[in-house]
Order: sequence, then structure tokens, then C-alpha cells
Amino acid sequence: MSTDSAFTATRRHFLTSAAAISLVTVSTHVRAQSISGVLPWQPFAAEPPTPIGPQGWVFFTPAEAAAVEAIVDRLIPADDLSVGGKEAGCAVFIDRQLAGSYGSSSRLYMKGPFLPGLPTQGYQGKETPAARYREGLAAIDAYLRKTMNGRSFVHLNADEQDQFLKTMEAGKVDLGGGINATRLFDLILGNTMEGFFADPIYGGNRDMVSWKMIGFPGARYDYRDHISKHNQRYPLGPVSIAGGRPEWSR
Amino acid sequence: MRLSFAFAAATALIASFGANAAENQFDQLERGRYMAVLGDCAGCHTLPGGAPFAGGVALQTPFGKLVAPNITPDSETGIGNWSAEDFRRMMKTGIGHNGIRLYPAMPYPAYSRMSDGDIGDLWVYLNALQPVKNAVVANQLPFPFNIRLSLIGWNWLNFTPADFTPNPQKSAEWNRGAYIVEGPGHCGVCHSPKTWMGADKTNVALAGEVLQGWMAPKITAAPRDGLGQWSLDDITGYLKTGTNRFDIASGPMAEVVSNSTSKMTDADLRAVAVYLKDLPGETQTRSAIAADSAAMRTGAAIYADNCSACHGGNGEGTPKLFPRLAGNALTQQADATSLIRVVLAGSQAGATHAAPTAPAMPSLAWRLNDAQVADVLTYVRNTWGNAATAVPAEDVAKLRRQLQSGN
Amino acid sequence: MARKLPPKDVVIVGLGWTGAILAHELTEAGLDVVAIERGPWRDTATDFNIGYAPDELRYSVRRDLFLQPAQETLTMRNTSSQTALPMRDFGSFLPGTGVGGAGTHWNGHTWRFFPSDFNLKSHLTERYGAARIADLTIEDWGLSYDELESSYDRFEYLAGISGKAGNIQGKLQDGGNPFEGVRQREYPLPAMQMSYAPTLFAEGARSIGFHPFPTPSANLSKAYVNPLGIAMGQCTACGFCERFGCANYSKASAHTTILPVLMRKPNFEARCNSEVLHVNLDATRKMAKSVTYVDASGEEWEQPADLVLLCAYGLHNARLMMLSGIGKVYDPSTGEGTVGRNYCYQTNAGVQLFFDDKNFNPFIASGALGQTVDDFNGDAFDHGSVDFVGGAGINCIPTNGRPIGYRPVPPGTPRWGSAWKKATAENYLSVLGFSSQGSSYATRGNYLDLDPTYTDRFGRPLMRMTFDFPDNDIRMSHWVSDRMEEIGKALKPRQMVSSRRQKSWNSVPYQSTHNTGGAIMGTDPKKSAVNRYLQSWDVPNVFVIGASAFPQNAGKNPTGTVGALAFWAADAIRDKYLRNPGALVSA
Repeated sequence: MSTDSAFTATRRHFLTSAAAISLVTVSTHVRAQSISGVLPWQPFAAEPPTPIGPQGWVFFTPAEAAAVEAIVDRLIPADDLSVGGKEAGCAVFIDRQLAGSYGSSSRLYMKGPFLPGLPTQGYQGKETPAARYREGLAAIDAYLRKTMNGRSFVHLNADEQDQFLKTMEAGKVDLGGGINATRLFDLILGNTMEGFFADPIYGGNRDMVSWKMIGFPGARYDYRDHISKHNQRYPLGPVSIAGGRPEWSR
Repeated sequence: MRLSFAFAAATALIASFGANAAENQFDQLERGRYMAVLGDCAGCHTLPGGAPFAGGVALQTPFGKLVAPNITPDSETGIGNWSAEDFRRMMKTGIGHNGIRLYPAMPYPAYSRMSDGDIGDLWVYLNALQPVKNAVVANQLPFPFNIRLSLIGWNWLNFTPADFTPNPQKSAEWNRGAYIVEGPGHCGVCHSPKTWMGADKTNVALAGEVLQGWMAPKITAAPRDGLGQWSLDDITGYLKTGTNRFDIASGPMAEVVSNSTSKMTDADLRAVAVYLKDLPGETQTRSAIAADSAAMRTGAAIYADNCSACHGGNGEGTPKLFPRLAGNALTQQADATSLIRVVLAGSQAGATHAAPTAPAMPSLAWRLNDAQVADVLTYVRNTWGNAATAVPAEDVAKLRRQLQSGN
Repeated sequence: MARKLPPKDVVIVGLGWTGAILAHELTEAGLDVVAIERGPWRDTATDFNIGYAPDELRYSVRRDLFLQPAQETLTMRNTSSQTALPMRDFGSFLPGTGVGGAGTHWNGHTWRFFPSDFNLKSHLTERYGAARIADLTIEDWGLSYDELESSYDRFEYLAGISGKAGNIQGKLQDGGNPFEGVRQREYPLPAMQMSYAPTLFAEGARSIGFHPFPTPSANLSKAYVNPLGIAMGQCTACGFCERFGCANYSKASAHTTILPVLMRKPNFEARCNSEVLHVNLDATRKMAKSVTYVDASGEEWEQPADLVLLCAYGLHNARLMMLSGIGKVYDPSTGEGTVGRNYCYQTNAGVQLFFDDKNFNPFIASGALGQTVDDFNGDAFDHGSVDFVGGAGINCIPTNGRPIGYRPVPPGTPRWGSAWKKATAENYLSVLGFSSQGSSYATRGNYLDLDPTYTDRFGRPLMRMTFDFPDNDIRMSHWVSDRMEEIGKALKPRQMVSSRRQKSWNSVPYQSTHNTGGAIMGTDPKKSAVNRYLQSWDVPNVFVIGASAFPQNAGKNPTGTVGALAFWAADAIRDKYLRNPGALVSA
């Protein structure tokens, strides 16, 4: 029975291992390369999502952040159904995503040559989401300053903002720099929706606001009591990964 | 020390050829191998994945660290230069080769009850092992505990060598079970409450004890928190396969099952079960904490959202997979250390041939704070007919610190 | 320079479903086996921890468990007249990785193909004439359903498949699939408890004379102990099935059905984070001698073995053969070559029904909790009066209500703003969706080969996928969509939206990860890459196990058949090959 770096957790191993483990983020998972004769396991081994971190912006400049907050607040406006995208934290979500592997396309195939593709061949650009936001927000800002009397997106009123977003969506605005306006709009819209509906641990969907709005119970795992209750409302509120729900605390 | 006839006979051939003579009489070797199983020598003397009985496993005692020595017949680093009488004396009195006193982490107070014949068979078996060169520094206790002479006082206060005395009013099966539990099985080393000096409190034998961050539960026949609800088959099934309709062995007991009890004969397992079921254990009735108390209400919510998907909405569990919580003695122990531990650190169940799944409880330390762990355990301990003390958040905090600092 | 390791009896490339089954069977036979897996070790309590497993962003959108295109991807084009470009992100299909493979995070629909699927070419020719299938390159498998039946049974009992048999030893069973092939016995577990949407769907289907039945599910309906003694739990309908590992041991996978026993065997070793670059052949090019792989630290190693099993997922099996010179790569212009031909996929379409007065609780779901109508699948019906062959299963298996991906709104609803929000909130609970999963029949022009331009991080050419839906399959799909709309109408929704399958195949939106073919089995070494035992015609000590073996794809998920083929191949290796190594079928 041999292992390279995997080990079973016997009472003694607990005692002799250097098990100084941070609660929050550290992965102490067994990533053994060669495993034989044992089903590996380690105490405290867990890989919860990385928490959002302190307030502030990690990727966006203050001006970019302000613009994105204003955009998400039109994509998801505050109304009687829910708070707006800004208050829900969608811009914070996008900021953190762009600072991570999503923003840098580190999981994608980014080898050249980069050639224009057919619609069936998907995105073939060299630009990562981080680059596309940086470039795109600058282009939007330049465009608006040129066409809206020197005003940026944050200075427009709600109707003007909606109007601009619609023309972007329709591809009827030339942002220059070879930017496809529709694609850029779709990118921002997609990330905004991700932020609005993802678990709050990622910075958006504050207080599970979107889940409460639609009736999605969140990170639950046992619905056996309700499967056969056809056409009946599910009675319990949503649960988030990190915070659970208010009923967990006295 | 006079040699008993049986012991002398058992070891005569060994003595005449020297300590390492491999006189492998098949029947004696087999008995000796089985003695090593009953005594779970491998549990301390074999490092996981290491050479059999070559030592190296560290035990964290309340007094400091001890490392189990190499008991292969290597003449430099093992017991190769011991005599049969050295071994017998060590098992009976805790005094080893050259008069060196063993700490009772080597459970000689229990092994002392073994018969000379059994000890002799074990000696023959150990001498048949592959000698391994592995120097182990056993005594790693801090001062003043590292002074072995202090054991003279300890022994004087806590230990008298004694043979096992069968109870003539009980059956042969009961007596066999008593012999195993009190002798080679040394169950009390974990399961009996300890005095401040680390000796067994004999008047509450097998009433449960906390050690190394686990709570070895009460295994008398007490109805609520002992084996009162377990049938004989529940006990033998658990010892043989690591599972029964209540529990799956994990933590230190998983290793006991895989190294020792799963290899015992059915007759011996039954004898142990008969004996344990006959140990009265105090009957303490208590009422459950009210369901509408604050801790119970938060505990119920936490349970529904974290635990019920495996342990069931009614704490029923799934045999061989998720331990039953309802009506389970393990959830109602006076001390909740094991429960706190598995919630925080997770736990992997042991595997036997009959029950190979080894399911693992996920670690929830990252998700639940101390109050939440405490409340959900209070809920588990007081619902579905269970009744036990509430779990204070400070206990969770303390164990969390202890486990995460590697102590 | 790769350092040479001590030899093993068997090297298995990939430790997913097929790798685990083969490893178990061959270690039981006493062989010394190493499985080399390029992904990480995974286990339930750590990687599918109940507290963070239900995370849509992480596992469904960012896809933490899946193969990253940065590690390997393919190039794609619809026809040979186009230039293939890389799938820089996966979309239409999502290959898995890691110990357990995609079997870790699949949905669990577990099917047997129809008997007619196995000798499809002969069967269709006999029934409808050769002209009907002239523009398709359908082939017979070289293996009959009856021969595979006991292997299907073994996989189903290994996995605890929960369902209702429709035909036991020739007797039709109430509540089961009347069109299925004969099975010897019932499923190991009963069908799952049904939620509202599939129940309503079944009522509608029944009301117009179709024959719905519970989808055979690898999400277990009850606690179960499988033949290896491994215990599994009851599915709790958490709604985080496909793309997610199961936190409570209730989805069949290598983790939950095999690994606890396999990992403890002293004659088995799993090497993780180690990527096999190619199989090495000897000077005769007719024997494999070893595989070369790169470990996590970037070191190259050569692992010699007597037997090499490619269990790396169908697509990667085909690529490894191409990179290793096992068999000749297919060239559609000449029709020569066997590796890469008969690549097929799945032809899917969908229907959404919007209701005002119903609550379907879409989040109460599991991957295979649903109802299926097989009346129009495969050759279950007479195609005499239609202009296509093949068919589709119609499945109402609402697997989830995860809101990033699932928030249906009627067509024409804006994608943002208050109107969007209102429609989303109003419709989320009250939409019933079902879909057709159709057969995908082979053509000359749909194939796999090596890309001339794009390479992976080791400099190996990516595999190139040339695929579009054949016209036959499009006609089939539209016809089945007509049937789906009949079911939809019977349920009287406020609005029905029918999404029909159109050409060309778009690699971006997710459709299915049922990529089949590329190393097909058959009786003719000129048209197939492996024989009926999945043994390479060209290199007899290489077996290639996966959906790469399917000559064409049926209107059913592949895994049941893949699992059965794994047992079938294991038997052949153990009972035939080991006794007499060499070609098991004369060419």
C-alpha cells in the first residue's frame, strides 16, 4: 500500500500532520499525482469559492466603475420588483470577474493565428473580456462625449441612457476601433445577468434579491418533501453558499 | 518473576535457539497472529503504508508525544535482542528490556491481563516478522514526564499486575468477551474515563472519554447513550464490517475495525457483544431541550439546509452511507467532541471488505460559524427522540482552534 | 528525453467511466494496471462539498469541472470548403476531465439503443431499400443487441439505474417503454418519483395516443448497494445535476460505483495530472509498446505496457490514434482511412409551453427525472411515408431552474429593463419545456482529422471537426417537432414556442456532449477502426473504448451503451485476448 503524497487520516495522522489550515480559502485538497491502495482524504479539505474581498474596485478605474454602475442600473432598473443592478452589486461582480480567470481568458485557447470566423465558429478575437471592457468603456465614453455634448454615460438621463443602450444592442452605433457594438453590449448584458443571478458570494445578487424575486431557493439540496407536491408553492426562502439564510443565526 | 508453565512451554524452543530463532510452528504462529489482531498492535506499531510493526506512529498524550517503537525482531532497532521473558514481563508489568519502564500509552495495564500462553504465542509471531531497521525515539515527552522513573510512582498509584480472573457465575462466552475487552482488546484505553494521571477510572469503566480530539463513546449497555439499543448483531456487525444500522466507523475506530475487529472470529465478536451488553451503565433519563428554544430553531434551519440531504429530514440516515442520527447513542454522548469534529473537519468512514464505500462527511468549517455548529448539534442531540446536553459555541471554538493548529 | 518506467501489464489512458470499468475488471483478473489521467483527482466530499456544490456560476457558467480549452480544444468547420478555426471556448459540447471524467457531472439518462440500431444499415436497407440511405454512410456495428444485453444489464446494476422495464423476456410491461429491446430483468431500482412537469407532459402525450414512460435514470430513486458492495444514496432532486458533481452519493459515476473498491487494490495505480502525448508503437508499427506522458511538473515519462486501452473520451480517443499512427486517418475526398470517419453528434429541438396557472417548481429536479416518448425514435415507427430515416426521443426532463441559464420569457420580450424583469418574474415558475433528442446519421463529409494549422501547448496538432447536420436528420427533426407540437397543443398552454433544428451546426450555443464515432467498430477493416471487440484492426494490443466506437448515433444518450461496451470489451480482453494475445477477429 503505497502513496506518494496521499495519506489516510488515521487518528495518528491527524496528530503528526502539519494541519494549519486557513478557514476561508486555502485548498488543502489531496492533489496527489500517484495514488494506489488508498482512497485519499484529508481533514478540512475544502475549496469554497474565494470571497469577494474588501470594498473597492480591483479592476475598474473609478470612472469605469461609475459608468458600469450606471449601465447595470439601466439593464436592471430599480422598480417595484427589485432593486436595480447597481444596488444589487452587479458592477462589483463584473469587477471581480474581470480581475480573475474569466477576465484574462486563462481557460481559453488563445493561440494564434487569430482569423475572422463564421458565425458558427464563435468568438475568434484576441481580446480578453478584461481588454474588451477596458477598450469598450473607453470607446463608449469617447463616443458619448463626442455626440452628447461632452457628457459621459453617467451624465445622461435615464431615457438617454436607455436609448444609447438600445442602439448599441442593435449595432447601430459606430464605436470605432473595430469594436462590434452588439457584441460588446451582449458581453456587458451577459455579465450583468450573471452577477444578478449568481450566488451573492461573488459580489452581486446582494441579499439574494433576484432569487427572492423569482422564487428560486438558491443553494438548497433536499427537495424530497416537495417533489410530489405538484403545482404547490415551495415554502422556504433562498439559501446562499456563504451566508446561508437569516434563520441560521439567532 | 516465576515463569508459568504455559509460557515456558510456549517459548522453550525460542529460548533455546535465541531470540530470533524462527521456529514457525504453524498453529502457534496462527494464534500469535490472531493475538496481534486482538491487541491491534499494528494500530500503533505500523505506520500507514510502512513496514509492518516497524514503529514510528506518534501518539499525542495529554502529557506530550510518544512514538511507538519498532517491534520487529531487528537486533539494533527492534526487539531482536529481547528474550521471551523480557517480553512477558513487559506485557505484564510495563517494565521492558533492561528494566526500561514503558509509559502506559503502551496499554500494559490492559495487556497485563493476558494469559502467559497468549503472550507467548504473540512473542513467537513477532519473532517471525521481517526484521526492519528503523530507529525510533519513543520518548518525546517534555520534562518532567520524560523521566521514566516517575512511572514507578504512577504504577504504584494506578497499576497492579493481575491476571484475568474469570467470573464463575457467567458463561464461558461472557468470560471470553470480558478477557478480550479488558485484556488484549484494551478497549478501556480509549473508552474508559481517565483520572488526571491518565489511568482508567475503574468504577465507570467504558463510560466514554475524549482523546486526541475524538470522543470514544460509552460502550456499556446504557439505554440512551450506550449500547442499550444495539442488538448483539448490531455490535458484531459493526465490529466486523464497520457499519450497522446506526453508525459507520470513522476516525480512530475505523482503524481499529480495519486492523483488528474485522479480522476477529465471529465467536469472539459475539463474546465481546455479550459482555458489553451485560455491563449495566447508569440509566439517566433526561428530557430533550424544547424545540422552540432559540438554539433549536436556528439548529433546525441549519439542519434542513446542510444536513438533511444526507442524514434525512428525520435523522434516519442511510445504512452503510450516512449515519443515523435519530435514536443513535453516538449523537447523545455527554461530550460532543466527535460531533463537533466531523462537522468542522469532515470525516472519512473506514472501509472493510464487507462495506467498502468509505463515504466521507464534507468539511463545513468554512461555512458554519461556531454558534451555528453548536446550534445544529444541539438540534441533532435533542430531536427525533434524542435528549442530550446543548453544545456551547465555546466548545466549538476551542476544538476548531485545536484541530487547525495541528494539536 | 522521456525516462522509462517499470512496465505494467495494462496502461489505461483516462480514468472516467470506461477507464474505471476496464481497470476494475482487469485488476480483478490479477493484472497490474495503471490509469493515466490528465485531470485532477476528485472526490465527493472535497470537490462536491454540499455547501458549495450548488454554485451555478462556478460549475455551470465558468465550468470548474470541465476540460479547459487552454488544455485541449478542437477546430471546427461545417464543410470541407471552409477553414476550420479553433473553438476558443467550448460551447456546443463540453468535454470533461479529471478522475471520473464527464461521468462525474452528467445528467444520468441511461439508455439501451434499439436492436435495430446495431445492424442499422442492413435493417434499413431491408426495410426501405438502399436508395433511402444512399447519401448516408450508415454501418452495422458488427455486434447485435442480444450479444450486448448482458453487458447493458451489468452496467445498469453497477449504477443503480432507476426505471421501469418495458419488455422483460418478450413480455411487454405496463408503464415501461413498449419500443425497447428485450431485457432479461427489471431495472435494479424503481423509477424516480415524478415532479409536476413530466407528469403533465405524460398526461398530454398519453391523451393523443403516445406511450410515455419514466426516463431511465442514474439519479437513484432509493438507497442502493451495488454488486461491488458500494453503497449509494437516494437522489434529493437538488436541481444541480448536469455540470455538477453530486454531493450525496446519489448520482452514478466512477466515484460512487467503482473507485472506492478500485483505489484500494494494490495492483491498481491512478496517476493524475498526467497527460498522455501519444502511444508508442514498435518498429513493426503493429504493436504498442508504451505511452509517453507529461506529468504535473512537466517531466516526460515513458510507461511501457503489454496492453494499451484508450479510454479518454470518444473525441480524444480518435485524436490519440491519429497522433500515434494507429490506423490511417480518414480522407473524405478519397474515402480511404478509418480513423476519424463516421463522426456523428445529436440532432435536438425543443418546445416551450407558457402557462398562467401552473407552478412547476423548476428547481426541484434532477438530471434524469422525467418522462420520455419513444414512439418516434429510431426505426420504432414505419418510415414508409416519410422522407427520412431515424427519429428522436421526446424527453420532458426539466433538469433545473438555475436562474443564470434558465429564465424563460416569451419571444419578443426585451432582454433587459423593467419589461424584461416583469416577464422573467412572471414566467419563471410556470414554463414547461421538453425536447427531442434525435439520431445523427453518418455522412462522407462529417469527419474528424488533424488540423493543419492549430496546435496545443505541446505542439501537437489539434483535432479538426468537420460537421453539419445531414439533410436527412434535419427532415427527421422537423417531423418530430411536428409531433412535439401536437403534445404541446394537447396541454393547452397560453403560448407554445417551438424551436426547430436548422442547419448549419453552430458550435456556440450548448446542444449536447454526445460526440460519437471517429474510431468506429465494424466488420470491415477498411471502413472501421476497431473490430467488434473494440480492438484496433491495426494494432492488436490497443483497444479503443468509448462512443468513438459508434458507427452512427441513435436518438438516445450514449452512456448506457458506452458502459455496456466497456464491459463487453473487458470480457473479450480477459476471456479471449489474455489467453491468446493477437487479433481477435481475422481481417
